[in-house]
Amino acid sequence: MLNPDLKLNNKLFDKDVEVKATRMGYGEGLLTLGGKDPNVVSLCADLTESTCNHLFAKAYPDRYFQVGVAEQNLAAIAAGLGVSGKVAFMSSYATFSPGKNWETIRTTIVYNDSNVKIAAHHAGIMTGPDGVTHQATEDIASVRSWPNIKILVPCDSIEAKKATIKAGEISGPVYLRFSRDKTPIITTEDTPFEIGKIQTFWTTDKPAATIFVTGYMLYYALLAGKELEEEGINVLVANVSTIKPLDGKKILSLAKMTKAFVSVEDHQVMGGLGGAIAEYTATSLPTPMEFVGLQDTFAESATTKELIEKYKMGKEDIKAAVKKVIQRKP
Amino acid sequence: MQLNKKKLKDLKIKANRIRELVIEMLFEAESGHPAGSLGMADIFTAFYFHILNHNPKNPNLPDRDRLVLSNGHICPGLYAAMALSGYFPLEELKTLRKINSRLQGHPHRTALPGLETSSGPLGEGLSQAIGIALAGNLDKKSYYTYCLTSDGEHEEGNIWEAAMFAAKYKLNKLIQVIDRNYIQIDGNTEDVMPLDPLKEKYEAFNWNAIEVDGNNIEEFIKAIENAKLTKDRPTVIIAKTIPGKGVSFMENECCWHGKAPNKEEAEKALNELKYVKS
Repeated sequence: MLNPDLKLNNKLFDKDVEVKATRMGYGEGLLTLGGKDPNVVSLCADLTESTCNHLFAKAYPDRYFQVGVAEQNLAAIAAGLGVSGKVAFMSSYATFSPGKNWETIRTTIVYNDSNVKIAAHHAGIMTGPDGVTHQATEDIASVRSWPNIKILVPCDSIEAKKATIKAGEISGPVYLRFSRDKTPIITTEDTPFEIGKIQTFWTTDKPAATIFVTGYMLYYALLAGKELEEEGINVLVANVSTIKPLDGKKILSLAKMTKAFVSVEDHQVMGGLGGAIAEYTATSLPTPMEFVGLQDTFAESATTKELIEKYKMGKEDIKAAVKKVIQRKP
Repeated sequence: MQLNKKKLKDLKIKANRIRELVIEMLFEAESGHPAGSLGMADIFTAFYFHILNHNPKNPNLPDRDRLVLSNGHICPGLYAAMALSGYFPLEELKTLRKINSRLQGHPHRTALPGLETSSGPLGEGLSQAIGIALAGNLDKKSYYTYCLTSDGEHEEGNIWEAAMFAAKYKLNKLIQVIDRNYIQIDGNTEDVMPLDPLKEKYEAFNWNAIEVDGNNIEEFIKAIENAKLTKDRPTVIIAKTIPGKGVSFMENECCWHGKAPNKEEAEKALNELKYVKS
């Protein structure tokens, strides 16, 4: 069942569950932060509306900087602001930032320890019809190997707002990953959120496996968990909203308890959430694991629904992965 | 501060001292970049001993002028100027590029107080200087942000992205100094990728552009004073320098871009610099 301690959306499994894009949560969080802290500034590379910067830009025009289509400039200007007492949020699509300006971010923000929050929008195959050029499916892998960075991937717009505000309240580089489409609201305003904590959203007695999910795909995993339980297979579904630093303590306790893992992410299966967990368990408690995500391939133009089905990343695929990993338990 | 004859002579002696220290540091480190470090010694001197409003004993002063070194590989010159002006002891210069040192091969801001950025990968400093200048405007500060770049790094697109932005936001308290020494790793800049007419390029980007002899301290300081009179746009000072300046066998030789002198070469270089001083 949905973990009652977390005060999740009790209408989650309704057919008309409320939907909203995580990027909207970002826009609202940024607006809130702007009102709280006069040092918050935001920069964008010609994508003001689609990265939901318009709310901040309208409210605080003097603190909003339009950089134009120039992602390296975007990052390095933010870096300069971030070492000068500002809390600098920079926005573009994840394929371009950190895709195009990876080294600029590495040197001027991350190594330089500048107080910059990198908002990476339109991540994953979720960007659908735009095609592969606009579907960032390697970004987590490419930023996760940096020291001195925190990586947050909110599961819904409410968590996205909380993550944005928290990111602005702590010092140093933070990577925030958002998606384009409207996705189900899973949490509520009362759901606790803390950077670096994995939370078990679906709980059960005597779980046979743990499904770890990052981002909006948590919804599919919760549907899978519910259906598996109806089939007599009890699993836990954990929301990994912070990929770095990884909540190793929680992973270890779940490895001891369930002895089988499935990871789910809208990202290549290499180097993302699944990779992070596998690296951790390899040295702490080796645990059989299955990976749901893009299997070392580019996707294509289509609707999100079609892509998730074709590339085997949906509810049925998660269920199949759970069944497979349970078979592999020692 | 008035630039009288005595002060100017003092500055020339300081510049020569920086050159000596650069040779000693690179010999000790057995690697590093002499040509640009020597070529820019006069400009480092002008900044650290005349132009900058700074306090080496209090490097985080909120109102300090900022000096951003974009072409981080010439940091031996920067480190020498910083040590000579009192940011850290001169003896520490010998630790350049060695383990546990604050003097990284390319500058690292969080390692050494007084550095404004981490730099090395080319083309990124001007944008960072813009961010620092924007923060100054937001905070209604009067500090100047100076950004030292190289001519070679103008082949990076990021520089031109930054050039457009600085003009758009009329950042008049941003002053860029380009080390126009016409060399880069693979040879003459005009052979590798022609940059001229550089002044006209910047004027077309709506910058105030000034050309000076970058090895003439007096002329350079006057150019900075002139730049400060411009209120509606950023200024670029294209400083023509001689790479390897002061060491005859290094001057204008692109092979000295990134090579340390051996014992014999270092001794020869130091002898030449000694001669200049007396």
